Amino acid sequence: MKLNSPLQVYKYLPQINCAECGDATCMAFGAHLIDRSKKLEDCPPILKDGYKKKYMELQTLLAPEIRQVTIGEGEHAKKIGGDDIIYRHQLTFFNPTAFAYDVWDTMPEQELVDRVNKISNFRKFYVGKFLKVEMVAVRCVSGDTMKFTGAVKKVAETTKLPMVLCSFDPAALRAALEIVKDRRPLIYAATEKNWGEVAELALKYKVPVVLFSPDLDTLKSLAVTFQEMGLKDLVLDPGTYPQGKQLKESFERFVKLRRAGIKEGQKDIAYPIMSVPMNAWLVYKDTVTASYWETVLASVFIVRYADIMILHSLEPYAMLPEVHLRDTIYTDPRTPVKVAPGVNEVGSPTKDSPVIITTNFALTYYTVESDLSSNKINCYLAAVDTDGIGVEASVAGGQLTAAKINDTFQKASFDLKEKTTHSTLILPGLAARLQGDVEDVTGLRVMIGPPDSGRIPGWMEKNWPPKQK
Amino acid sequence: MTKKIKLSELGSLFGGLDIEALEGVRIEGDVELDLGQMGLNPQMAYALGHETAQMAFHLMNISRILGYPIDQMLGTAAQQKPVRPNKLIESKFGVARNEEWKTPIQEVVLGATSSDGGSRKSTVTLGGEVALPYYFDGPMPHRNHITMDVFDMPINMAKAVKSNYEDVINSPAEWAKKVVRDFGADMVTIHLISTDPNIKDTSPKDAAKTVEDVLQAVDVPIVIGGSGNPEKDPAVLEKAAEAAEGERCLLASASLNLDYARIAEAAKKYNHVVLSWTQLEINAQKELNRKLMKQCGVARENIIMDPTTAALGYGLDYAYTNMERIRLAGLSGDMELNFPMSSGTTNAWGARESWMVSSPLKEDSDWGPREYRGPIWEIITGLTLSLAGNDLFMMMHPTAVQVLKEITQTLYGSKETEPMNIENWVSAVI
Repeated sequence: MKLNSPLQVYKYLPQINCAECGDATCMAFGAHLIDRSKKLEDCPPILKDGYKKKYMELQTLLAPEIRQVTIGEGEHAKKIGGDDIIYRHQLTFFNPTAFAYDVWDTMPEQELVDRVNKISNFRKFYVGKFLKVEMVAVRCVSGDTMKFTGAVKKVAETTKLPMVLCSFDPAALRAALEIVKDRRPLIYAATEKNWGEVAELALKYKVPVVLFSPDLDTLKSLAVTFQEMGLKDLVLDPGTYPQGKQLKESFERFVKLRRAGIKEGQKDIAYPIMSVPMNAWLVYKDTVTASYWETVLASVFIVRYADIMILHSLEPYAMLPEVHLRDTIYTDPRTPVKVAPGVNEVGSPTKDSPVIITTNFALTYYTVESDLSSNKINCYLAAVDTDGIGVEASVAGGQLTAAKINDTFQKASFDLKEKTTHSTLILPGLAARLQGDVEDVTGLRVMIGPPDSGRIPGWMEKNWPPKQK
Repeated sequence: MTKKIKLSELGSLFGGLDIEALEGVRIEGDVELDLGQMGLNPQMAYALGHETAQMAFHLMNISRILGYPIDQMLGTAAQQKPVRPNKLIESKFGVARNEEWKTPIQEVVLGATSSDGGSRKSTVTLGGEVALPYYFDGPMPHRNHITMDVFDMPINMAKAVKSNYEDVINSPAEWAKKVVRDFGADMVTIHLISTDPNIKDTSPKDAAKTVEDVLQAVDVPIVIGGSGNPEKDPAVLEKAAEAAEGERCLLASASLNLDYARIAEAAKKYNHVVLSWTQLEINAQKELNRKLMKQCGVARENIIMDPTTAALGYGLDYAYTNMERIRLAGLSGDMELNFPMSSGTTNAWGARESWMVSSPLKEDSDWGPREYRGPIWEIITGLTLSLAGNDLFMMMHPTAVQVLKEITQTLYGSKETEPMNIENWVSAVI
């Protein structure tokens, strides 16, 4: 965006501090516009006629450097692009890389339906939410327009997920668009050869379009030409070669495009970028090898700037790391990651099992949990609400206290005197200084565990069950 | 009568009106554009461009209303009909190299050959980068390297890992030989975990013997790792450093919560390199590096950093951004952070996705065979950090080592293949 301080934004706002946006002052609202945690449309007064000019101006000035392009319609519509930075610590990346998994028009119908369902039903639980994948790319393999439209129709009947229509033949794209024009699919692709006809389709059906060329001069020429024709919802595919020097050069093109778009403000190429890790299958035929290499390519380009990618492997060992890495890169670094506070079971605890305390900082919590479960320790693990701060820092900062610990068990209606035979809590070693306080507040016996949860197994051998007093 | 008005006045005069016709208006003389005292920074220029474009638009409308052939003058761009160029508008793409990266990363050599007072056959050089990894801004002088883990006693390992080491699990020397000979390890890390008072409490002297055995067994550079016990490690690493005198081993690790000065002293006395280990905190990393240099007198060419590796799904976001920030700071001139980095990539095996038979949650899609999940978890954890600037990877699974080598060396530029055409992916039968 072109503005970089709340004061600059403030000049365009109504300056009446009406608080309708939820912020006490227009200046505070301005700060939220700068860090993109609120939208201009959250300010009701500026939407009124009197402010129309300022609204329009502000809208332009606040627009992200990389154009945001919407694919699909309705609740499944997916935005891609919209980034303002090149390193995630500078703010955060927006609109996680869209994963489009392919189907093709030579598949038997039932296979196609099964595959689409597999794509749309994929889920992986993570930190209180499900990681999912969100698009279907239909490839025209047959070269037959009828077959292609048949596959597109079947996909559209089976899922509401946004679609990517893939063919270099404008006639095939046109026929497919006739069927799913209301679904705002992304069309792939305009090239140096077919660009004129594909541009006509994008104009006629008002759909976003991918421009493909591994030559950046040609790619830019395509983008400039399409803009001139009034097409703005563009996606750039600079080619994802799967191996050797060509792969190194592909990597460099992604870096160059994004640097030019954001750091140098080159509007002509400031569009979302597409990667095609599926190209791994052009060199490897064996499923495991191809899936591994596809995951490797996907990872390289999730980290370095792909806004959408075409993938083939539905193997869990490919999809799990891919969705996790995307979450890794797109998680907002400004907010600490938290888990829901509460008392959770690890394994199958009984009345004799230990009750262990940790914080609700996701990294701490999951580390402790995985240390316990991987060592097959059945227990209760309490995540105390420390605002997502780790043990050592929250003891020092006062977010982890005896009162907070007590509160966690009360809110969970977890009475140790009733649910355990030992009425004992185990504090993290790094919270040892809270021992006396916790004993006083809870009336329970408190033991001090090791400073690292990796040592819990050894600690358990020596100290559990607790000796009767 | 001629009245001079400024463009901005004209703009605001007509801006809010939906003009359909203008009657009895004459515009004569010059239109003056008042750019006066405005400093033209890029943001201002942009805003101004927007402003003048709006004004120009209103002026054009006026001209049109007045019957002036403005559309002809402007050519095709202003016509109402959509533009249909009959050929591509030729355009050249260009982007500048990054000028902020002026400070190279320190070069550090691990291992010493006989001519340098050691007994290694080869050495490994890390660092020397002048840009983010694999970027076009400048040459990356050294490829990434991999050191494979060897333990001085049998330990718990994921099944997929363990199956590779069952025959050597009781002999660190044989284990070391196997990773170099069969799995292509550039280096070997001997972890002296049995020295932990909570494990076997073996003596520093025993540990030193193990290190000697490993140095005998392989001729690549080695990393000497303690047990992670902050009370015991200084004594263990000291004794091990003495046994490996002159070999330029990497001593793992000096950290802020143990007697780092003692480890630094051992490195200086016996010619080794110090691994400066902090936990996901850039300022702590700066502090420890500074202490090693200023307070302990460790030379710059004897420091490597381990800013901590958290597994994919278990804090890799912190590890990634921490490393990327450290590398960017180093390249941009922070002389307390421009050292090569090392990653305990093996931590990936702590993620349940890498070792658990199936998901504990019934809502999850099928996790598939864990034999394939584990190695890829290690690969992606390492690969992500390689993109953030990590140089040396401590790893365990042979397949993970092989694939990480393939991709990092491809991006580095040392993998040659026949050029191929990718356009046919759309219609490829796979």
